Amino acid sequence: MADFLFYLFSALTVLSALLVTVSRNAVNGAMFMIMSFVGMAALFLLLEAYFLAALQILVYAGAVMVLFLFIIMLLDADKGRSVRPDRLTTFAAGIGALLLVLGLAYITFGESASPSTPLPEITEMPQNASADDIPFTTASRSFGYGLFTKYMLPFQVTGFLLLIAMVGVIVLSKKIDASGEESTKPRIAKS
Amino acid sequence: MTISLNAFLFVSGLLFAIGFFGVLFRRNTLVIYMCLELMLNAVNLALVAFSRYHNSMDGNLFVFFIIAVAAAEVAVGLAIIVALYRKRQTVMVEELAELRN
Repeated sequence: MADFLFYLFSALTVLSALLVTVSRNAVNGAMFMIMSFVGMAALFLLLEAYFLAALQILVYAGAVMVLFLFIIMLLDADKGRSVRPDRLTTFAAGIGALLLVLGLAYITFGESASPSTPLPEITEMPQNASADDIPFTTASRSFGYGLFTKYMLPFQVTGFLLLIAMVGVIVLSKKIDASGEESTKPRIAKS
Repeated sequence: MTISLNAFLFVSGLLFAIGFFGVLFRRNTLVIYMCLELMLNAVNLALVAFSRYHNSMDGNLFVFFIIAVAAAEVAVGLAIIVALYRKRQTVMVEELAELRN
Protein backbone atom coordinates (compact mmCIF):
# COMPACT_ATOMS: atom_id res chain seq x y z
CA MET A 1 0.00 0.00 0.00
CA ALA A 2 2.77 2.41 0.94
CA ASP A 3 4.51 1.55 -2.34
CA PHE A 4 1.41 2.41 -4.32
CA LEU A 5 1.08 5.70 -2.41
CA PHE A 6 4.71 6.50 -3.17
CA TYR A 7 4.14 6.05 -6.91
CA LEU A 8 0.86 7.97 -6.80
CA PHE A 9 2.22 10.98 -4.94
CA SER A 10 5.53 11.15 -6.75
CA ALA A 11 3.62 11.09 -10.05
CA LEU A 12 1.36 13.87 -8.74
CA THR A 13 4.32 15.94 -7.58
CA VAL A 14 6.39 15.52 -10.74
CA LEU A 15 3.49 15.99 -13.16
CA SER A 16 2.22 19.14 -11.51
CA ALA A 17 5.78 20.47 -11.33
CA LEU A 18 6.04 19.90 -15.07
CA LEU A 19 2.74 21.71 -15.58
CA VAL A 20 4.11 24.68 -13.59
CA THR A 21 6.89 25.10 -16.12
CA VAL A 22 4.78 24.68 -19.26
CA SER A 23 1.47 26.34 -18.39
CA ARG A 24 0.96 29.59 -20.30
CA ASN A 25 -0.92 31.33 -17.52
CA ALA A 26 1.06 32.17 -14.38
CA VAL A 27 -2.04 31.79 -12.16
CA ASN A 28 -2.53 28.23 -13.43
CA GLY A 29 1.14 27.64 -12.77
CA ALA A 30 0.72 28.78 -9.17
CA MET A 31 -2.24 26.42 -8.73
CA PHE A 32 -0.21 23.48 -10.05
CA MET A 33 2.58 24.55 -7.72
CA ILE A 34 0.21 24.14 -4.76
CA MET A 35 -0.67 20.64 -6.00
CA SER A 36 3.01 19.84 -6.26
CA PHE A 37 3.63 21.03 -2.70
CA VAL A 38 0.73 18.95 -1.39
CA GLY A 39 2.16 15.89 -3.14
CA MET A 40 5.52 16.67 -1.59
CA ALA A 41 3.91 16.87 1.86
CA ALA A 42 2.42 13.40 1.23
CA LEU A 43 5.90 12.11 0.38
CA PHE A 44 7.15 13.60 3.65
CA LEU A 45 4.36 11.68 5.41
CA LEU A 46 5.54 8.46 3.74
CA LEU A 47 9.01 9.21 5.10
CA GLU A 48 7.36 9.69 8.52
CA ALA A 49 8.42 13.33 8.85
CA TYR A 50 5.02 14.43 10.11
CA PHE A 51 6.10 17.79 11.46
CA LEU A 52 7.71 18.75 8.17
CA ALA A 53 4.63 17.66 6.24
CA ALA A 54 2.56 20.03 8.38
CA LEU A 55 5.12 22.80 7.84
CA GLN A 56 5.11 22.13 4.12
CA ILE A 57 1.35 22.58 3.92
CA LEU A 58 1.23 25.59 6.26
CA VAL A 59 4.25 27.54 5.07
CA TYR A 60 4.70 26.54 1.43
CA ALA A 61 1.26 25.58 0.14
CA GLY A 62 -0.33 28.16 2.42
CA ALA A 63 1.67 31.29 3.08
CA VAL A 64 4.22 31.31 0.25
CA MET A 65 1.77 30.40 -2.49
CA VAL A 66 -0.79 32.93 -1.26
CA LEU A 67 1.95 35.55 -1.53
CA PHE A 68 2.79 34.37 -5.04
CA LEU A 69 -0.83 34.37 -6.20
CA PHE A 70 -1.36 37.81 -4.72
CA ILE A 71 1.66 39.27 -6.52
CA ILE A 72 0.81 37.53 -9.82
CA MET A 73 -2.70 38.95 -9.71
CA LEU A 74 -1.53 42.37 -8.48
CA LEU A 75 0.98 42.80 -11.29
CA ASP A 76 -1.36 41.13 -13.79
CA ALA A 77 1.71 39.34 -15.06
CA ASP A 78 0.02 37.67 -18.03
CA LYS A 79 -1.42 40.71 -19.69
CA GLY A 80 -0.42 41.58 -23.24
CA ARG A 81 1.07 39.17 -25.72
CA SER A 82 2.49 35.93 -24.54
CA VAL A 83 6.18 35.92 -25.29
CA ARG A 84 7.28 32.66 -26.80
CA PRO A 85 10.87 31.78 -25.98
CA ASP A 86 13.01 31.30 -29.05
CA ARG A 87 13.80 27.81 -30.36
CA LEU A 88 17.43 27.89 -29.28
CA THR A 89 16.56 28.66 -25.64
CA THR A 90 13.95 25.90 -25.56
CA PHE A 91 16.39 23.45 -27.13
CA ALA A 92 19.20 24.33 -24.73
CA ALA A 93 16.93 24.18 -21.69
CA GLY A 94 15.53 20.81 -22.78
CA ILE A 95 18.98 19.35 -23.43
CA GLY A 96 20.26 20.64 -20.09
CA ALA A 97 17.35 19.18 -18.15
CA LEU A 98 17.58 15.88 -20.04
CA LEU A 99 21.29 15.57 -19.27
CA LEU A 100 20.57 16.27 -15.62
CA VAL A 101 17.87 13.55 -15.53
CA LEU A 102 20.13 11.02 -17.28
CA GLY A 103 23.02 11.75 -14.95
CA LEU A 104 20.78 11.40 -11.91
CA ALA A 105 19.33 8.15 -13.23
CA TYR A 106 22.83 6.82 -13.70
CA ILE A 107 23.88 7.86 -10.21
CA THR A 108 20.77 6.48 -8.51
CA PHE A 109 20.09 3.32 -10.54
CA GLY A 110 23.31 2.72 -12.48
CA GLU A 111 25.99 0.17 -11.70
CA SER A 112 27.84 2.46 -9.33
CA ALA A 113 24.68 3.20 -7.34
CA SER A 114 24.90 2.64 -3.61
CA PRO A 115 23.00 -0.47 -2.47
CA SER A 116 19.63 0.39 -1.04
CA THR A 117 19.51 0.07 2.70
CA PRO A 118 16.38 -1.13 4.47
CA LEU A 119 14.28 1.43 6.28
CA PRO A 120 15.56 1.62 9.87
CA GLU A 121 13.21 1.11 12.76
CA ILE A 122 11.99 4.30 14.37
CA THR A 123 13.33 4.61 17.87
CA GLU A 124 11.89 6.39 20.81
CA MET A 125 13.52 9.69 21.68
CA PRO A 126 16.01 8.66 24.35
CA GLN A 127 15.82 10.56 27.60
CA ASN A 128 19.53 11.19 27.82
CA ALA A 129 20.29 11.58 24.13
CA SER A 130 23.57 13.14 23.17
CA ALA A 131 23.15 16.44 21.38
CA ASP A 132 25.52 15.54 18.58
CA ASP A 133 23.72 12.49 17.28
CA ILE A 134 19.96 12.79 17.51
CA PRO A 135 18.20 9.67 16.21
CA PHE A 136 15.27 10.00 13.84
CA THR A 137 11.94 10.07 15.62
CA THR A 138 8.46 11.03 14.50
CA ALA A 139 7.97 13.28 17.52
CA SER A 140 8.30 17.01 16.95
CA ARG A 141 9.98 16.99 20.36
CA SER A 142 13.20 15.93 18.70
CA PHE A 143 12.96 19.03 16.50
CA GLY A 144 12.93 21.20 19.57
CA TYR A 145 15.72 19.20 21.14
CA GLY A 146 17.89 19.52 18.03
CA LEU A 147 17.14 23.19 17.55
CA PHE A 148 18.01 24.11 21.11
CA THR A 149 21.15 22.02 21.47
CA LYS A 150 23.10 21.24 18.31
CA TYR A 151 21.63 23.96 16.08
CA MET A 152 21.19 26.76 18.61
CA LEU A 153 23.31 29.31 16.72
CA PRO A 154 21.77 28.63 13.27
CA PHE A 155 18.32 28.83 14.85
CA GLN A 156 19.02 32.29 16.24
CA VAL A 157 20.63 33.40 12.99
CA THR A 158 17.46 32.27 11.16
CA GLY A 159 15.34 34.38 13.48
CA PHE A 160 17.58 37.36 12.83
CA LEU A 161 17.43 36.68 9.09
CA LEU A 162 13.63 36.83 9.20
CA LEU A 163 13.88 40.20 10.93
CA ILE A 164 16.33 41.47 8.30
CA ALA A 165 14.02 40.22 5.54
CA MET A 166 11.13 42.12 7.07
CA VAL A 167 13.14 45.34 7.27
CA GLY A 168 14.37 44.79 3.71
CA VAL A 169 10.85 44.41 2.38
CA ILE A 170 9.79 47.62 4.10
CA VAL A 171 12.74 49.51 2.59
CA LEU A 172 12.10 48.06 -0.86
CA SER A 173 8.44 48.93 -0.86
CA LYS A 174 9.05 52.61 -0.09
CA LYS A 175 8.05 54.77 -2.98
CA ILE A 176 10.95 56.58 -4.61
CA ASP A 177 9.94 59.84 -6.28
CA ALA A 178 11.50 61.48 -9.31
CA SER A 179 14.21 63.32 -7.40
CA GLY A 180 15.48 60.00 -6.09
CA GLU A 181 14.51 60.73 -2.52
CA GLU A 182 12.45 58.31 -0.58
CA SER A 183 9.07 59.74 0.05
CA THR A 184 7.65 59.27 3.49
CA LYS A 185 4.39 61.02 2.70
CA PRO A 186 1.36 58.84 2.15
CA ARG A 187 0.50 58.41 -1.51
CA ILE A 188 -2.97 59.89 -1.20
CA ALA A 189 -1.55 63.27 -0.20
CA LYS A 190 0.11 63.65 -3.60
CA SER A 191 -2.92 63.46 -5.85
CA MET B 1 7.58 -0.14 2.66
CA THR B 2 9.89 -1.55 0.04
CA ILE B 3 10.68 1.76 -1.65
CA SER B 4 14.41 2.33 -1.62
CA LEU B 5 16.29 5.52 -0.87
CA ASN B 6 17.32 5.65 -4.53
CA ALA B 7 13.70 5.98 -5.66
CA PHE B 8 13.17 9.00 -3.44
CA LEU B 9 16.41 10.52 -4.65
CA PHE B 10 15.36 9.97 -8.24
CA VAL B 11 12.05 11.77 -7.68
CA SER B 12 13.99 14.58 -6.04
CA GLY B 13 16.35 14.72 -9.01
CA LEU B 14 13.46 14.79 -11.47
CA LEU B 15 11.93 17.71 -9.61
CA PHE B 16 15.25 19.53 -9.57
CA ALA B 17 15.63 19.00 -13.32
CA ILE B 18 12.11 20.31 -13.94
CA GLY B 19 12.81 23.40 -11.86
CA PHE B 20 16.10 23.92 -13.70
CA PHE B 21 14.32 23.56 -17.04
CA GLY B 22 11.70 26.09 -15.96
CA VAL B 23 14.31 28.65 -14.89
CA LEU B 24 15.99 28.41 -18.29
CA PHE B 25 12.80 28.15 -20.36
CA ARG B 26 10.38 30.68 -18.96
CA ARG B 27 10.48 34.43 -19.52
CA ASN B 28 8.22 35.54 -16.71
CA THR B 29 10.17 36.50 -13.57
CA LEU B 30 7.41 35.26 -11.28
CA VAL B 31 7.34 31.82 -12.92
CA ILE B 32 11.15 31.66 -12.77
CA TYR B 33 10.82 32.36 -9.07
CA MET B 34 8.30 29.55 -8.63
CA CYS B 35 10.68 27.20 -10.42
CA LEU B 36 13.40 28.19 -7.95
CA GLU B 37 11.05 27.17 -5.16
CA LEU B 38 10.56 23.85 -6.95
CA MET B 39 14.31 23.26 -6.89
CA LEU B 40 14.46 24.08 -3.17
CA ASN B 41 11.68 21.57 -2.59
CA ALA B 42 13.55 18.89 -4.52
CA VAL B 43 16.50 19.39 -2.18
CA ASN B 44 14.14 19.19 0.81
CA LEU B 45 12.85 15.81 -0.35
CA ALA B 46 16.38 14.46 -0.76
CA LEU B 47 17.34 15.70 2.72
CA VAL B 48 14.28 14.14 4.38
CA ALA B 49 14.87 10.84 2.57
CA PHE B 50 18.53 10.76 3.65
CA SER B 51 17.53 11.67 7.18
CA ARG B 52 15.00 8.83 7.39
CA TYR B 53 17.18 6.17 5.81
CA HIS B 54 20.26 7.07 7.82
CA ASN B 55 18.29 7.30 11.07
CA SER B 56 19.42 10.82 11.94
CA MET B 57 17.48 13.95 12.71
CA ASP B 58 19.96 16.32 11.05
CA GLY B 59 18.40 16.25 7.58
CA ASN B 60 14.99 17.07 8.98
CA LEU B 61 16.41 20.02 10.90
CA PHE B 62 18.12 21.28 7.75
CA VAL B 63 14.76 21.16 5.95
CA PHE B 64 13.26 23.19 8.79
CA PHE B 65 15.92 25.86 8.22
CA ILE B 66 15.47 25.73 4.45
CA ILE B 67 11.73 26.32 4.80
CA ALA B 68 12.34 29.30 7.11
CA VAL B 69 14.98 30.83 4.83
CA ALA B 70 12.85 30.21 1.72
CA ALA B 71 9.92 32.05 3.31
CA ALA B 72 12.15 35.08 3.98
CA GLU B 73 13.63 34.83 0.49
CA VAL B 74 10.20 34.77 -1.16
CA ALA B 75 9.13 37.89 0.71
CA VAL B 76 12.25 39.83 -0.31
CA GLY B 77 12.28 38.50 -3.89
CA LEU B 78 8.66 39.37 -4.51
CA ALA B 79 9.25 42.85 -3.07
CA ILE B 80 12.13 43.28 -5.54
CA ILE B 81 9.90 42.12 -8.42
CA VAL B 82 7.18 44.58 -7.40
CA ALA B 83 9.75 47.40 -7.16
CA LEU B 84 11.05 46.50 -10.64
CA TYR B 85 7.52 46.42 -11.99
CA ARG B 86 6.83 49.87 -10.59
CA LYS B 87 9.87 51.26 -12.34
CA ARG B 88 9.69 49.42 -15.67
CA GLN B 89 6.07 48.18 -15.99
CA THR B 90 7.13 44.68 -16.94
CA VAL B 91 8.07 41.34 -15.40
CA MET B 92 9.53 39.76 -18.54
CA VAL B 93 13.25 39.07 -18.30
CA GLU B 94 14.19 40.13 -21.83
CA GLU B 95 12.80 43.59 -21.16
CA LEU B 96 14.70 43.79 -17.86
CA ALA B 97 18.03 43.03 -19.51
CA GLU B 98 20.02 46.10 -18.52
CA LEU B 99 20.85 47.26 -15.03
CA ARG B 100 21.18 50.94 -15.87
CA ASN B 101 18.11 53.00 -16.39
